[in-house]
Amino acid sequence: MSFHPNDIRRRGIAANVIIVGVLLFLGGGFFRTQVLQHAKYQLRSETNRLRELPLPAPRGVIYDRNGKVIADNVIGYSVSVLAQKEDTLRAVLQRLTGTINITAPQIEQAVRRFRREPTRPTVIIPDATFDVVSVLEEHRTQFPGLIIQSSPRRFYPDGPVVAPFVGYTAEVTDNELASAAYHDYKAGQQVGRQGLEKAYESVLRGKEGSQFVEVDARGRVVTGQGGARPDLLPVAAPPLYTNIDLELQRYVAGIFGDSLQGGAVAMDPKTGAVLALYSAPTPDFNRFIGGVATAYYDSLRNDPRKPLYNKALQGQYPPGSTWKLATTVIGLETGAVTMSDRMPIACTGGLQVGNRYFRCWDKRGHGSLTLSGAIAKSCDVYFYQLGQKLGLARLIAGGVSLGMDSKSGIDLPEEKRPRFPESTEYFNRKYGRNWSQSIVLSMAIGQGDNSQTIVNMAKFYTALATDGQAAKPEIARVKPEREQIMKLTPQQMEQVRAALVGVVEGGTASASAIQGVKLAGKTGTAQTGTLDASGKELNHAWFVGFAPASDPKIVVAVMIEFGGHGTRAAAIASKIIAAYLKVTPVVDLTTDG
Amino acid sequence: MATRRFPIDWPLVAVALLLSLYGIAIVYSAGQTDIHTSVERLWKSQVVWFSLSLFGAYVVTRCSVRLLDWLTWPAYALSVGMLLLLLFVGKGAGTAASTKSWLAIGGFRIGQPSELAKITVVLALAKVLSAFKEPPKSLLELWKPALVVGIPWLLIMKQPDLGTGIVFVGFAFAMLFWSGVSWPLLVLVASPVVSLVLSFSTPLWGAWFLLLVALVLWYKPYLYEGIFLTVTNVVFGVVAPIIWDRLAPYQQKRLLVFVNPAVDPRQAGYHVIQSQIAIGSGGLFGKGFTQGTQKRLAFLPAQHTDFIFAVVGEELGFVGVLLAFTLFLLLFLRITKIAERANDSFSSLVAFGLLASWFVHVLVNVGMTLNLMPITGIPLPFFSYGGSFMLASWLAVGILVRIAAEGRGGRTGPFAI
Repeated sequence: MSFHPNDIRRRGIAANVIIVGVLLFLGGGFFRTQVLQHAKYQLRSETNRLRELPLPAPRGVIYDRNGKVIADNVIGYSVSVLAQKEDTLRAVLQRLTGTINITAPQIEQAVRRFRREPTRPTVIIPDATFDVVSVLEEHRTQFPGLIIQSSPRRFYPDGPVVAPFVGYTAEVTDNELASAAYHDYKAGQQVGRQGLEKAYESVLRGKEGSQFVEVDARGRVVTGQGGARPDLLPVAAPPLYTNIDLELQRYVAGIFGDSLQGGAVAMDPKTGAVLALYSAPTPDFNRFIGGVATAYYDSLRNDPRKPLYNKALQGQYPPGSTWKLATTVIGLETGAVTMSDRMPIACTGGLQVGNRYFRCWDKRGHGSLTLSGAIAKSCDVYFYQLGQKLGLARLIAGGVSLGMDSKSGIDLPEEKRPRFPESTEYFNRKYGRNWSQSIVLSMAIGQGDNSQTIVNMAKFYTALATDGQAAKPEIARVKPEREQIMKLTPQQMEQVRAALVGVVEGGTASASAIQGVKLAGKTGTAQTGTLDASGKELNHAWFVGFAPASDPKIVVAVMIEFGGHGTRAAAIASKIIAAYLKVTPVVDLTTDG
Repeated sequence: MATRRFPIDWPLVAVALLLSLYGIAIVYSAGQTDIHTSVERLWKSQVVWFSLSLFGAYVVTRCSVRLLDWLTWPAYALSVGMLLLLLFVGKGAGTAASTKSWLAIGGFRIGQPSELAKITVVLALAKVLSAFKEPPKSLLELWKPALVVGIPWLLIMKQPDLGTGIVFVGFAFAMLFWSGVSWPLLVLVASPVVSLVLSFSTPLWGAWFLLLVALVLWYKPYLYEGIFLTVTNVVFGVVAPIIWDRLAPYQQKRLLVFVNPAVDPRQAGYHVIQSQIAIGSGGLFGKGFTQGTQKRLAFLPAQHTDFIFAVVGEELGFVGVLLAFTLFLLLFLRITKIAERANDSFSSLVAFGLLASWFVHVLVNVGMTLNLMPITGIPLPFFSYGGSFMLASWLAVGILVRIAAEGRGGRTGPFAI
């Protein structure tokens, strides 16, 4: 080889140039990666190793008017798994089945949750019992991606008593997550399902927090490490104050017990504050939290008494004679009648109209009555004639302006709109042009094409109890709203109230008087068309009333499904009112037939 | 043999010592993970190997270059013999579990003979090249060097160990260059490989082929050599892709595994990405010694061997990387100086061959951590955990110290580069 020093020196320089050049090239690469692109890799390093664990916010506590708790939060446990791939998740779940009881549908549900949000820990058991948690804690090392979190769990101390208006919460569904309305929800979060929980969801949900944990390359949560990023604490929702009187609500639920089915609404007529709202029978929504057991849900669904159907808000019942006050008000407003007017034909137990004979509920007949007397005795014959005098068009228009075809506006999402004709067009549509004149007769006594909700009837009576202003029923204490629906003079209002007092004092509800308090109200016995085993028609029993008559503090609407005569509902209503006004009813409920 | 005082090249020894200590510290850090693994204890055995290596290096400095020259062929024969033996009794390890790189007795792995072969082949090639009176001018004259490197190279590729194979090719070229082979001939020798690499793109290969034809016409090798080169390039550049396309996927995969034995191709991308994230997130000053999160949480693969430099990048940042580069640069520049001042052509070629061997290691290993080089499973000198590599490196340091001591200017100042 050529080993002349000059040659060697030349090659040495060339070699040094290559060495320096290559190291500069590598150094440049590191400069670009470590200095210029540092932020990018820093972020990737964190997303790589940090996992965000949601810290659910406690939902807002719901209080009654006296500061008693209606809906609370207790400590619950949720079990989730951090997995990077679906296969890993399935493998962990498969192994978990050897330790705790996980069903195949639970596994499938967990996989669906994972697919929706793979970076969040996948909730396996949203509401684990303490037993399950302690078993899992024992075997924790076998399940590296397992996360057991204590999370607030909704609890209703009074259970079924408050269920009709408070509702419940449940995990947001896949369909909801796909819709725009739930864009700020994440899989596994709770959402209000019914009642107040649903109506005030945006207020009650609070703001979810986050905790950051470090995971290693296999997704195992590394313990004993300080969080690389501080926790974001959840923001608890503010409490929700309601108008409910929990004592009264309990009392109402107690009266209905297990045997009666129906509903009741108690309101303050001056503010519209809902003091109690009950539907019987009712489910225990505590058993819905964290997922309802299929057996329990099926038992509710298959119950012929329909506990899942809110009778105070969704039930549409012919209002029967309680509606005669609407006919009365329409008659007075139009000047067709005064409280002391008598009808041409006295009641002899029925009224012949054309070729049909329309019965009064009392086949013995009431004789000739004034309007006040007809209200007290609930004489059908009187109201048949008043209806004829008013005519169907005026009767329907009057009913509409009294709010009979619209929702009461209560702040609960379940409320249904009553069924009431918007005008006589309704009958043209239904029967063609030649509908019978007899329609006005049934409409005048609250039968026919008229089905009201209990809450809407209560609202109507708040106007009777006051100066003709109907108060919008309100559970949460937000903003009282009243609307003048009756255009009567104060004297006329007084006369109507006096007639309603007459119902209780010597009228149809005389057995339900309250000692020391003037109770005013109207019974209703609504025909249902349903027959009992012996072929006798079953009737819904209604009573809507208020007390004290001179200065009403409470309006109560009670409806007992297939309860027979309205006096049965009157007895219950009078007990509710007595309980609220803290006085004793004259007649004990148990002695009432 | 009586001891005789001779000047030790302290700059070389100092840089090598610093690199080794730096490396051991990083091996220690590589074991500090949140989930404890056996890597945690490896730094201790690395210290033991380091001590042994220092002793070995000392012994080597006691051997004159003449003795090394004399020992070259027996040592070469021994290396080739061991490599041959490996094909029958070799064991895999770590990321390269399927290969046969390890010599083991009764399940206990002694070491990788290819590490020793890196030195002995450098010695043998230096011996062959130094025998040339004039630098080789034609391909035919290169048959001897080709044979000396080719035999062990084939045995290593059969293991398969592509990384070590690349090192052999690297130092062989470097030593041809150092022996005075003209650069056109070097290009011609390298041309088939370039054709193979460029074969994926027809325009690129076409351009290269035209360039090559021009070079052949200008350099005027023997006619049959020119034809041979042209045909080889055509075969590598045109026929190879056609054959490749005709192969069934499982056959392609088999070839890919041959090219990339250490790492499963599916996982290769993952490893490089994790390595880049670790280095990039280290930033200017790093996350602190032993504090690298990507390493602690086991995102970083082979953090104590192939990807150890990513630990440097993550924990000590760009500053730590520059420190390592500076040490390597000082080492390399010092060795070119030693090679220039060597007493004879053999010593000079040995020094330059050892330099080239380390240089290729550093380039490929460090480049791999940033995805600038393909993943080939090649260790980083003085850093990567591994006993035989540490020993081989320090034996090389010993040889270099001896060559420096016997060379001209051996007594010049300590930092004369």
